Amino acid sequence: MTRMTADHAPLSGSDRRFYAVLAVIGGLYVLLLVSMLVADSAYTTPGHLWKTLQSPEIRYAIRLSLLSCTMTTILSLWVAVPLGYVLSRTRFPGRDLVDLIVEIPIVLPPLVVGLSLLILFQTAPGRALETFFPITYAIPSVILAQFMVACAFAVRTMRTTFDQLSPRPEQVALTLGCHRSQAFWLVAFPAARRGMLAAATLAWARSLGEFGPILVFSGATRFKTEVLSTTVFLELSVGNLEAAVAVSLLMVATAVIALFILRYWGRETALGEPRLS
Amino acid sequence: MIAVEQLQISAGNFTLRDLSFRLPAGSYGVLMGRTGQGKTTLLEAICGLRRVHGGRIRLDDDDVTDWPPAQRNIGFVPQDAALFSHLSVREQLGFSLAVRKQPAEVQRKRVEEVAGWLGITSLLERGITGLSGGEIQRVALGRALAFQPRVLCLDEPLSALDQDTRDSMCDLLQSVQSRTRVTVLHITHNRAEAERLADCVIHLNDGRIENRNA
Repeated sequence: MTRMTADHAPLSGSDRRFYAVLAVIGGLYVLLLVSMLVADSAYTTPGHLWKTLQSPEIRYAIRLSLLSCTMTTILSLWVAVPLGYVLSRTRFPGRDLVDLIVEIPIVLPPLVVGLSLLILFQTAPGRALETFFPITYAIPSVILAQFMVACAFAVRTMRTTFDQLSPRPEQVALTLGCHRSQAFWLVAFPAARRGMLAAATLAWARSLGEFGPILVFSGATRFKTEVLSTTVFLELSVGNLEAAVAVSLLMVATAVIALFILRYWGRETALGEPRLS
Repeated sequence: MIAVEQLQISAGNFTLRDLSFRLPAGSYGVLMGRTGQGKTTLLEAICGLRRVHGGRIRLDDDDVTDWPPAQRNIGFVPQDAALFSHLSVREQLGFSLAVRKQPAEVQRKRVEEVAGWLGITSLLERGITGLSGGEIQRVALGRALAFQPRVLCLDEPLSALDQDTRDSMCDLLQSVQSRTRVTVLHITHNRAEAERLADCVIHLNDGRIENRNA
């Protein structure tokens, strides 16, 4: 990829105008994003933020968010690593269909995901499961609602990771005496570790921000199914804007940290072997 | 000994048909042909990494056509070396022995012996980041030799090296082969390399083995 650097030839007048137009269009969006975050920060004070975080309801929501996001991340990786590997490395009838189905949660409106889950657990098998393991409107529903969307992102990340890793080292491992499963565990799996961290971070961040499916499938009951995104909604609905903003800022900070991790590790998901020069 | 008999392989949009050649045990065979002729495909089929649609592949007295790669006892060095990114040089060399659950002492001795032949003893504790092209090829060669394979398949191992490194690698390949008496099948399109190394040259052109001369 070529980039504009200080070493490039000087720009002509028309070039300058071209880049000025690009800068204005792009710059407006960036400015809008930064202004939003600055406005959020200016709306509250550290003291108010601290007071909000002391509230028992919000502490419960923080704990449940941390717990559910972590569980969701573990489940997502559990599914995304094998599924991403199979989609990347193998050809089988119906592979394109599976690939398409896995992407559905990414494009589906979040409320529809929640509604579909609710309906699924109203079917006979769903009801049967609920008799001995309550899910709907209980904590497992929060994890399941987050998982449905987060896992799709994790699968996509793992699939890209394995796509970018050459299958050659695994083939060499086969000639060196490995079975397929050994080649996977000893070669592909360790080579994909950065991709796994990126997938985990993405799944965690997606889960933290998930709201629509949780509202429909889990409800918004304080001290039961309230996570941070629900808190923002509940506080807003009773007119407590300060608390809503304080919780939002907490989520912004967490999201930014996740973004940094993702940028740092995600960039190098293709952990290639050193090239011959 | 490698014997390929009326082999048929499909790869993408081309098919290789009726490929037959025989490489005596302990000889150094060079497989030549223009780019895109299917040399790598043929090598992969011999290693068991590609499905064969017809014909047989024999190694010594065994018909290995339907054997998995792990059972064929072939050392494979692909063009890009394909080293394992998370392992040290020592671990790469000992990989096949660790998979075979050889005792640690046996692994250590063999790794040090092979590293000695290849002049990479000083690199053993290093990771693979920062290795030069010649060092990468030596490590890949050591990894393929450590389990004492009966056949060594090399896919253009010298193509990315500068002339001096290439010359020293040629010397190394000759000394390794005379030491181990392993049967080698080496792909190249460099005529000088072939003349220097080969006991037997096999030409693959337009999907056929065109001629072979010893």
